[in-house]
Amino acid sequence: MGAYLEDYAAVGVIILVGIALTGAMLGVNRLMRPRVAAREKNVTYESGVDPVGEGWSQSTVRYYVYAFLYVIFAVDAVFLFPWAVVLEDIGRAAAVEMGVFIGILVVGLAYAWRKGVLSWTS
Amino acid sequence: MSELVDAVLRCLLVLGAFLTLPLLVGQMEHKAMAHMQSRVGPMAAGGFHGWAQLVADGVKFVQKESIVPGAADRKVFELAPAVALVPYLVALLAIPLGPFFGQGNLVGQDLDLGLFFVLAAMSVGVLGTLMGGLGSGNKYSYIGGMRVAAQLMSYELPMVLAAASVAMLAGTLSLIGIAEAWEPWWLLAQLPGLVVFFVAGLAELQRPPFDAPLADAELVMGPLTEYGGMRFAMFLLAEYAGIVVLAGLTTVLFLGGWAGPWSDQLGWVWTLLKIVLVSFLVIWARVAYPRLREDQVNSLAWKVLVPLALAQIAFTTVLVVW
Repeated sequence: MGAYLEDYAAVGVIILVGIALTGAMLGVNRLMRPRVAAREKNVTYESGVDPVGEGWSQSTVRYYVYAFLYVIFAVDAVFLFPWAVVLEDIGRAAAVEMGVFIGILVVGLAYAWRKGVLSWTS
Repeated sequence: MSELVDAVLRCLLVLGAFLTLPLLVGQMEHKAMAHMQSRVGPMAAGGFHGWAQLVADGVKFVQKESIVPGAADRKVFELAPAVALVPYLVALLAIPLGPFFGQGNLVGQDLDLGLFFVLAAMSVGVLGTLMGGLGSGNKYSYIGGMRVAAQLMSYELPMVLAAASVAMLAGTLSLIGIAEAWEPWWLLAQLPGLVVFFVAGLAELQRPPFDAPLADAELVMGPLTEYGGMRFAMFLLAEYAGIVVLAGLTTVLFLGGWAGPWSDQLGWVWTLLKIVLVSFLVIWARVAYPRLREDQVNSLAWKVLVPLALAQIAFTTVLVVW
């Protein structure tokens, strides 16, 4: 347990270093930048014309199906890594079990494909 | 206590690499892209072939006014560049450069879960762009942000699957362990995985031809439309740091890391050379291919890369078990 925490101490340190780095970049910028207030500067950019409506307007989200598919497969990916490490020790049994698991997912993907979910226009 | 000092020192070395390697890649992009397009690129700054152009850019960015649009979600908008930048620094910590003149491996920290750790850190970086897109209160940014999300979800999967295939062959998740287990025939056996990993990595970094979220011809600059000055510079640095991390990971996983003549002395040179080579390919892809349309981006992932990666995993399973 001790060695494990020591390994990850460096991760904690590097995160702190990263926060310090961004802080320093923005801090130096704060010291050196001019500040000239003007209302026009804070207007949303919409190719030069006055903005119409709000930025958070409604739009068709065609991507949500991909999100479903991704969640299903992401669960699989989490199991895949520990399995990959022990595959050689356990051998064929592990291979068959993962084959069944991924096989079910592949059938799901094939079904989604067949249903036209992966095509833009349908 | 001495261990903590040691860790801090190594982190500072990683910081040094983080602040120089992306600039080298950026300069290479300026020059290589220019020559591929029959231009010469920047020539003035620094005297010799404009080597100091990016330093001059940095000096300019530091002096720029910081503007937050009135419609933006201020906190999210201001935090986004840091969220985009820091994860790549964290990822760089675990990427090994290999033996350094017989002094052991040159690495920020050898983690037993290195591969998993780097992949996780890389996908956090994309959240920064997503935050910028949704926090700007701008329609271009919003559409760009949605595209970032779709692209992340589509390409994360083939990337992870291709990486898992290498982990299966090596039987470990430690990046040093994987590079040491590497054998030349893996180049052939893992070739589809290599292609899938590289292409998915390009897409995850939103590098052309997968820059549909930025798409300057339709979305101005996508999620980065409202950014300027230092915060824009941080996004730029994150992009180039992302190239370095992707190239490093590709090198360690698929190209054998420090494998090469005299690798116990000069291993780190080999790794750096391979990283530069892969970075060059990233730049080359930008010049060579036109941008994919948004629907093409998603169908390439789900109809080509995911099946290919699954087939690679099946093939590797057969290789390992039999």
